[in-house]
Amino acid sequence: MTQSSMPELARKPSAGFDLKLWGPFLALAGLIVLGTLVNPVFLSPANLANVLTRTAFTGIIAVGATFVITTGGIDLSVGSLAAFTAGVMIVVMNALVGPMGAGWPVVLVGMLVAVGLGLVAGLVNGLLVTKGRIEAFIVTLGTMGIFRSLVTYLADGGTLSLNSGMRAVYRPVYYGGLFGIPTPVWVFAAVALIGAVILYRTRFGRYCAAIGSNDEVARYSAIDVDRVRLLAFVLQGLCVAIAVVLYVPRLGSASATTGVLWELEAIAAVIIGGTMLKGGHGRIWGTVVGAVMLTLIDNILNLTGAISVYLNGAIQGAIIIVAVLLQRGTASKR
Amino acid sequence: MKLTLGLAAALVAGVLMAPATGWAQQKVKMGVSIPAATHGWAGGLNWHAQQAKAKLEKQYPTLEVVLVTARDVGRQANDLEDLVSVRNIDALVILPFESAPMTDPVRAVKQAGKFVTVVDRGLTDPSIQDLYVAGNNPEMGKVSAQYIKQKLGGKGDIVVLRGIPTVIDNQRVDAFQEEIKGSQIKVLGMQYANWNRDDGYKVMQDFLSRFPKIDAVWAQDDDIALGVIEAVKQAGREKEMFILGGAGMKDMIKRVMDKDPLVPADVLYPPGMIAEAMEITAKHLVEKAPIKKEYIIEATLVTPENASKYYYPDSPF
Repeated sequence: MTQSSMPELARKPSAGFDLKLWGPFLALAGLIVLGTLVNPVFLSPANLANVLTRTAFTGIIAVGATFVITTGGIDLSVGSLAAFTAGVMIVVMNALVGPMGAGWPVVLVGMLVAVGLGLVAGLVNGLLVTKGRIEAFIVTLGTMGIFRSLVTYLADGGTLSLNSGMRAVYRPVYYGGLFGIPTPVWVFAAVALIGAVILYRTRFGRYCAAIGSNDEVARYSAIDVDRVRLLAFVLQGLCVAIAVVLYVPRLGSASATTGVLWELEAIAAVIIGGTMLKGGHGRIWGTVVGAVMLTLIDNILNLTGAISVYLNGAIQGAIIIVAVLLQRGTASKR
Repeated sequence: MKLTLGLAAALVAGVLMAPATGWAQQKVKMGVSIPAATHGWAGGLNWHAQQAKAKLEKQYPTLEVVLVTARDVGRQANDLEDLVSVRNIDALVILPFESAPMTDPVRAVKQAGKFVTVVDRGLTDPSIQDLYVAGNNPEMGKVSAQYIKQKLGGKGDIVVLRGIPTVIDNQRVDAFQEEIKGSQIKVLGMQYANWNRDDGYKVMQDFLSRFPKIDAVWAQDDDIALGVIEAVKQAGREKEMFILGGAGMKDMIKRVMDKDPLVPADVLYPPGMIAEAMEITAKHLVEKAPIKKEYIIEATLVTPENASKYYYPDSPF
């Protein structure tokens, strides 16, 4: 990240700091002030824990999306994939309760199934994009419909519910925590940290940015463009699987409405965070902030009665646009 | 053998019932158009429609049921055109996505000379339909309000979780507010939870942070209510309040049956109404049975005393 933002700093030394880099953090600080003004309860540890825990699902998915978008791709199938993976996970665990009894081994098998499915789905998306030579938008629009239908089919149009004995065993994964911080928040932090290391400190991460910037130049530089793109999709699939492993113990169910619009939330988080939709620039910590901001907006609107509920969507939209405007405003002046 | 018998029955029935339609048409076709299973209630709707299709086709060998599901208003309008022009139906049973936009497409079906049954959501021009089978949304809001009023002794603080912004949701909420008017029940907050578990969970978490004392929750829908239950449990505030959902989901009916103090009752808005509409229409089509023009299914209050009557363990909803 420092490497890529260096030329910008050099070009406008008078600016003091890079608004493009710090924009998301400023917007987040603004939202926190707003939330506190709206209702002092906002800053209570319980509320903050709620917000961060909720962010974990879309946040983890958004970390994966940062890679895909940095390479110049897009993945619209993540919400549907999350629902489908959750559905399969529940079906498998319910089937295993009989022979294996309700306990941690069943949960572990369920988790492995989720991770396996996520990896395979990412691989399918990636192969269709790289080997099939189809635009990522179309491939993932297709798989989005496929996964959504599959979970509806699996659930007979209704809801798949986890066996109640299993729920009791699995519940702490969402509701438990360490040092007063809920497990999903720890996992979210770990995923973001690993994501940041991969994107900023490894060859693969630099290749992602290079390909998103100009894939022809990357190809001439002897980068295996297809392999990197494929890996980015596989990474995205893995992130979806991790999110699902945390999601299932929350309500113990999956249905056709699970994960609806998560793909847009994830993409919005990535863009608010300063990653370019056309690729070439990835910012993991920006993505994390973007994801937190999206949940905060909902939370703040729920904590106040001052704004008509009919206008919730308008407020959300306005805040998203302002947040991105904050960082792009200076970028365009260059 | 079975096949020839069925065929013979079909031929005999065809001769007996419809000389006007002639020999070419041996079967009576009933088109059923409903929203796709995009949320729990609609999932139940689809299940009941499929059950009814299987049952009716067995009961009336001359009857063919064509079931189509649509994801939005536009697709449902397309479905109607296909049912009339391609599938050549004799009658239509429709649960419209939305009242106003579907009125003209259904009018076109009627003008093509088909029998029209409208379910749940009334058209803006009721003269189109031959038969109307519906749940009663204002009644559902009213029954819910009456129960909460009585259970709280006419005084208390409640929160309301609404559905998806639609006519249905407005009718329920308006009737609810009308009914609690004049009592000392105060609605602390109201937010949309989109008939969805995850949203119910999130909105309730925030209500719990915002209000230190809540006596009751009107969740209006059983999917929302399940999310609310988890949020209340997580906050450890089960003893403080009770939750009233609605629809008649099996998990919720089970809780009422088992006397869960958190869920003392439920208000019915059964997705099974589609099956009833199909049965009445089929009976009329095949047997030419006389029918009433309107069947309104009441919003029954489910309590531990009558819960077992409304418990369908096999339904996905």
